[in-house]
Amino acid sequence: MVEYQNIFTQVQIQGPPEMGMDDNGQMMAERTANPFFSTLVGWIGNAQIGPLYLGWTGLISAATFILALNIVGLNMLAQVGWSIPEFLRQGFWLALEPPSPEYGLSIPPLDDGGWYIIASFFLLVSVCTWWLRTYLLAQQHKMGKHVAWAFASAIWLFLVLGLFRPILMGSWSEGVPYGIFPHLDWTTAFSIRYGNLYYNPFHCLSIVFLYGSVLLFAMHGATILAVTRFGGDRELEQIYDRGTASERAALFWRWTMGFNATMEGIHRWAWWFAVLTPITGGIGILLTGTVVDNWFIWAQEHNFAPMYDGQYGYEAYGSYEAFIGQED
Amino acid sequence: MFPTWFDKWNRENPTDIWGPAFLVGGAMGAVVVAGLIIAWGQPLPGDSLQTGPRGTGMSVPEFDRDRLAPDPSIADFYTEAPYVPEGGEPLARDVYQNVQVLGDLTEDNFLRLMNAFSAWVAPDEGCAYCHGDVDLEEYGQDNLYTKVVARNMIQMTQSINEGWDGHVNANKQVGVTCYTCHRGENVPSDIWFRMGPVNEATAGWSSIQNRATSMSQFTSLPSDALETYLLNYGRIGVHDLESRVAGSPADAGFPSIQDTERTYALMNYVANSLGVNCVFCHNSRAFYDGAEVTPQWGTESLGIGMVQEINNDWLVPLRDTYPPERLGPVHADAPKAACKTCHKGYQQPMQGLNVIADWPELATTSGTPDYSGVTE
Repeated sequence: MVEYQNIFTQVQIQGPPEMGMDDNGQMMAERTANPFFSTLVGWIGNAQIGPLYLGWTGLISAATFILALNIVGLNMLAQVGWSIPEFLRQGFWLALEPPSPEYGLSIPPLDDGGWYIIASFFLLVSVCTWWLRTYLLAQQHKMGKHVAWAFASAIWLFLVLGLFRPILMGSWSEGVPYGIFPHLDWTTAFSIRYGNLYYNPFHCLSIVFLYGSVLLFAMHGATILAVTRFGGDRELEQIYDRGTASERAALFWRWTMGFNATMEGIHRWAWWFAVLTPITGGIGILLTGTVVDNWFIWAQEHNFAPMYDGQYGYEAYGSYEAFIGQED
Repeated sequence: MFPTWFDKWNRENPTDIWGPAFLVGGAMGAVVVAGLIIAWGQPLPGDSLQTGPRGTGMSVPEFDRDRLAPDPSIADFYTEAPYVPEGGEPLARDVYQNVQVLGDLTEDNFLRLMNAFSAWVAPDEGCAYCHGDVDLEEYGQDNLYTKVVARNMIQMTQSINEGWDGHVNANKQVGVTCYTCHRGENVPSDIWFRMGPVNEATAGWSSIQNRATSMSQFTSLPSDALETYLLNYGRIGVHDLESRVAGSPADAGFPSIQDTERTYALMNYVANSLGVNCVFCHNSRAFYDGAEVTPQWGTESLGIGMVQEINNDWLVPLRDTYPPERLGPVHADAPKAACKTCHKGYQQPMQGLNVIADWPELATTSGTPDYSGVTE
C-alpha cells in the first residue's frame, strides 16, 4: 500500500544502457557517448542519463544560449567592478537592462542596452533552433508535433514580450530585463503603468488556464497513481484497450462530479490548458500599451469594474489613537 | 530486557506499530497545539486599521508588539510651557548680541528656547555645540557652522509650522520642532544624500538601478527616486487617464516602465517611512484614481511638496556652510530630508504627540508668537 503513496518513483531499471536505434550504423555519430546510471535521478525519473542527441540544431542552440548567458553574466560582473564576492552578494539584484527609452528602436550604445540587444538576439536564435530541434526530432521519430507546437506557444509569449511588443511600442526599452529581481520589478511596473493588468481579460484567461493546468495536472497525476495498482500507468494501452484501471478512474470522477475525461481526452485537456496559458497571456501583453493603456478605465468603460460603497480613510472606521492603544 | 513471555507474545503477534504511532502521535500533537492556542491565544496577535470600503481589502495590519509599543523617543522629549509675557520684560535683542531670528522674544522665553535646542539637538555637548567653548559674552559670534545651520533650521521650523500647516497639523495640532527630526542627535537619523550611478560599466537607466542600496530600500528598484522627486520636482504619476493614449516611450515625457519603477521606489520609501502599506493612501486596484484615495493621500501630497521645499529652500543652500565630514559620501552634497527623517517609521511622528503646543515661538515666522493658546 505504502509504495503507491511515495513521492519517489518506486521502479528503477538499471542495466546495459539503452542506446537507441542505429539502423545504418552511422547514427551514433551525433549522439554523446558514455551514458550512465544515477540511482538519485532514478528516484524522480529514468535512471539512465544519456546518450544525448545534439545535431546541428542542438549545437547552435547550446552555443548561442551559452553566449547569451555569458553576455548577461559578464555584464553583471562588470557592473560590480569584476568582484566575484560582490557578484554573488548582489546576484539576485543585478540585471542586464534593455536600452533607455530615448533610443527607441535604434541601436543603443553597448553600455546602455547594446549588450541587451546582442544577448537577446543570441537568445532568440537559441530558442528558435531548440524549437526546430523539437520539431525535427519528433519528425525523425515519426511522432506527432505536439511538443513542438506546445513549445511554440511559450515562444509566442517570449516573442511578444521581447520582440513584437517593443516594436509596436517603438522602443526596445519595453523589453524585460535579464535579472532575478529586476524582471519581477518589470512585471509589477508593467501592471501599474497600464492601470492594473488584472483588469485585462486576456490576463484573466491566462490565469484561468495556468491555474487550470495545475488543477488538471494534480487530478490526472493523482488519478493515474491511484489506479497504477490495476495497470493504470500503462496509459496508452488503456486508451484503446480500456481495463479495470480506466473503468475505476472514470467511475470515480463520474460519481464525484458527474463527468469524466477519458484516458485520451485528459491529455487533450492538459495540452490545451497548458498551451492556452501563454497564448492568451501573449495576446494580453500585446494589447497592453498598444491598444489599451489603462486597463482599469477600460474595465470601467466595459462595466466590469465594480464600485464599492463606503468611505475612504481610516477616520471613517476608527482613530489612529485607538489603533495604537492610546485613546483615553 | 523484557520478560520472556512478552518477547514471545510479540514474536507471535507481529503488528505494524509505526504507522499508527505516527498517526496517533501526529493527532495528539495537533490536539495539544490547538489546546495551547485556545488557552493562551494567538502567539503573534495583531490588529488592522481599515482604510477603505469593505471588499477592497484596504487595511493596514500591524503586530501588537509594534502597534502598542510607544515610540521610545516620546519619553525623551523635553518640553516646557512658555512664560506668557505681561509687557515690560527685556527682549532678547536688547540683552544679547546678534540675535537675528528670536530677538523679539522676552529674555525668559529666549533662554527657555535655547535650553530646549540643546536638549533636542546636543544634549551631550550643550551650549558649546553651537556657541563654542567661550565666555557667555562671546555667544553672539557666528564662528561655528553649527550656529549658522541652527539659525537656518530655526527659521525652517517656523516656516514649516506656518506654511505647511495642512501637513504637520493635518489630523490635529502636532507641529514640528527640532526634536521631530533630531531626537537628541546632532545629525538627524534617516537623512539622505545623492547616490548617483550605482553600477559600473553602464549608462542610462542601467546605471541607477538593480543594486541593493539604502536609497533603493534594498530592492532592485532605482536608487535615485528621492533625488528625482523630492529634490528635482520630477513627475511622479505615470498613468494614462483614458483607456487609450497614443505615444511611445521613445517620445520625451511619455512615462516608461522605467519611470514606473522609479515611482514605485518612491512609494516603497514612503510606505517604509510611515510603517504603512499602499492601501493606507490608495485603493491599489487603481493607484492613480483620485476618487479612490484616502484623505491621507492628500496629506501625503502636501508632504511631498513640503519636503521639496525643505530640501531646495533650506537644506541644499547650506552646502557650503557644512564642513566636509557632513557632506554626502559620493557627491559631497548637502544632507537632505524626506519622510522618514521626521516620521521614523510611524504614521505620525512620535505617534501624533503634540510637540508644538508649548513652543508658539517656533510656530510662526512673524517673530511675534501667539501665546494665547498657552494653558498653565
